[in-house]
Amino acid sequence: MEWMVWTTPTAVFFAAIAAILLGMTAWELASPTVERKGFLPIATTRGDRLFIGLLSAAYIHLAVLGFTPLNLWLALGISILWLGILLRWG
Amino acid sequence: MNDKLYNNRAWWLILPMLLLVAFSAIIPLMTVVNYSVQDVFDAHTRFFTGTEWFRETLNDPALQAALLRQFAFSLTVLAIEVPLGISIALLMPRKGWQASAVLILVTMPLLIPWNVVGSIWQIFTRGDIGLMGWGLRELGYGYNITRSAADAWGTIILMDVWHWTPLIALLCYSGLRAIPDAYYQAARIDRASRWAVFRYIQLPKLTNVLVIGVLLRFMHSFMIYAEPFVLTGGGPGSSTTFLSQTLTTMAIGQQDLGPSAAFSIIYFLIILLVCWIFYTAIMNLQKDKQNKGA
Repeated sequence: MEWMVWTTPTAVFFAAIAAILLGMTAWELASPTVERKGFLPIATTRGDRLFIGLLSAAYIHLAVLGFTPLNLWLALGISILWLGILLRWG
Repeated sequence: MNDKLYNNRAWWLILPMLLLVAFSAIIPLMTVVNYSVQDVFDAHTRFFTGTEWFRETLNDPALQAALLRQFAFSLTVLAIEVPLGISIALLMPRKGWQASAVLILVTMPLLIPWNVVGSIWQIFTRGDIGLMGWGLRELGYGYNITRSAADAWGTIILMDVWHWTPLIALLCYSGLRAIPDAYYQAARIDRASRWAVFRYIQLPKLTNVLVIGVLLRFMHSFMIYAEPFVLTGGGPGSSTTFLSQTLTTMAIGQQDLGPSAAFSIIYFLIILLVCWIFYTAIMNLQKDKQNKGA
């Protein structure tokens, strides 16, 4: 695995993604998702909302990193909050 | 009537494909993420840089200009190719040997490899031996794609329109062929105008193929590389250097693996977002149709 030049932060990042996917699988097995319409303009399943949340998290991080002097942990906090809002009411 | 067996274990059948994709795409992409936070010289010499490359990439004026240029290019070719493709599809004959002949003629540009398209247009636009370059010059216009950015842009857009309008035309042609005659008969009984037939029968029936056509054309024009590279080499200056060429110069020309990895990830995120929007749009259109049909 040397050629993949792993670092601890990227390993943590991918581990978190894998954990989220596993968690979503377990959740889906425990109680299957129902497609519904929240404040988003389209009807979404739980997985759809997770994807939207993760993708917007990427953009939030890039925006904070590139165009503001703010700390990245703040971006992470906003992203997690946004993901929670999406999953609950999206 | 839906009496199909519902069994989630069928998902295991995609496991071989998933493994293959893991080796060809997912693991390399993870490596790119690793590279984007480091300055890697070789397997043993590397320094952790954190988010520096991302910050640099986002604030690099050259990259921002390339991104804007890329959007301008993609939107321009879409704005020309979609209406043109629809018009060509409407004009194409529907029956007999003419239909086959026109289909073959229209398909021709699609069969030519990207590099060859670039070469064809490179020669075509040369002032000394190229028909278009020589012709325009003889007409009194100082046409030169290596000097004038406007000429280079016009030529690249013309080349893309020549190469890819047939795709839209073919998609629309197949969409038009799928409209039952009864619709046209009803329109004739109502003495509907040609425009009304287009607006209320043909265009709504074309929506699905058009969404696919726009998606394909946007994605492909957004990743365009070979044709402008062969035709203008990105010049004059950097006036026709699009995103993928900027990336190649960074990654292969200058071996700046860290910054180009960060750039790749941002590029990937843009493509992912656009793809997702189009995909959602297509799926929702189909859903609307099913709801109306039910």
